[in-house]
Amino acid sequence: MRVGVVVFPGSNCDHDSYHVLKHVMGCETRFVWHKEAGLEGLDAVVLPGGFAYGDYLRTGAIARFSPVMRSVVEFAKTGAPVIGICNGFQILQEAGLLPGAMLRNRGVKFLSQPVQVRVERADTPLTAGLRAGELLTMPIAHGEGNFYLPDDELRRLEDAGRVVFRYAARTGGLDDASNPNGSVNAIAGVCSAQRNVVALMPHPERAAEPALGCSDGRRLFEALTRSLVAA
Amino acid sequence: MKARVYVTLKKSVFDPQGKTIHDALLSMGYSSVAEVRQGKFFEVTIDGVSPEQGRRIAEEIAARLLANPVIESYRVEEE
Repeated sequence: MRVGVVVFPGSNCDHDSYHVLKHVMGCETRFVWHKEAGLEGLDAVVLPGGFAYGDYLRTGAIARFSPVMRSVVEFAKTGAPVIGICNGFQILQEAGLLPGAMLRNRGVKFLSQPVQVRVERADTPLTAGLRAGELLTMPIAHGEGNFYLPDDELRRLEDAGRVVFRYAARTGGLDDASNPNGSVNAIAGVCSAQRNVVALMPHPERAAEPALGCSDGRRLFEALTRSLVAA
Repeated sequence: MKARVYVTLKKSVFDPQGKTIHDALLSMGYSSVAEVRQGKFFEVTIDGVSPEQGRRIAEEIAARLLANPVIESYRVEEE
């Protein structure tokens, strides 16, 4: 299986994602510069975290018009996995591949801390083989992660089972104190209607090896490789 | 022509930055300030087209790039 990690000017988790995919998971992995138009030969694409175009205008707003994004939209239409992490999530929202928008964190501050995330759905390429209700610990690092969607659209998203991750307490319950940024319904990750485009604000690539203090994030990369093998 | 584009968060969307600015104003003693909403302002210079085309271009770029329709609304003015 071959995975591409898209590099925008200002991406800064591209090497972390590449490292986990290639050296921890053993996937054939290559960087895809944002000016490249083609994603030929790839089985999955990861849009990593960072500050593409310095977050100018809005997070992801400029990156969404990078040449590679036209190919990412076509690639997503084929049903192949497209994974967004943090800034990658924001770019996928701006590109219209995922719903909602990220507001400034409700406390206004940039948050860099570990959080508990509850897996809501196991029927996506990033959660295949996990159990709904499982708790994972991963770090977040963002200033704009306050997921917002108007009420009626939010209801449709929930009804379609497209919320994949939520910020949760250690007990697995949802409460305001465990929702770091004020996201509606504590949403930390969602998927597309076809379920192949999946993104989350926490950073699984920063929690994928024992040396980093936590390996929970590795579970998501394992799920991705499993679903690629199965495909 | 010059177009001015104002982008603001929709009324239904909470504005944490505006709230923080408001809190600061209250602590400065401006007790009569009831609310602050933060937005963005763009000056766009458009050359070589008719005023009508210029208006259309300004509206289009506001809708496609300058504002995110999920959370923001915009207003275009001509100079």
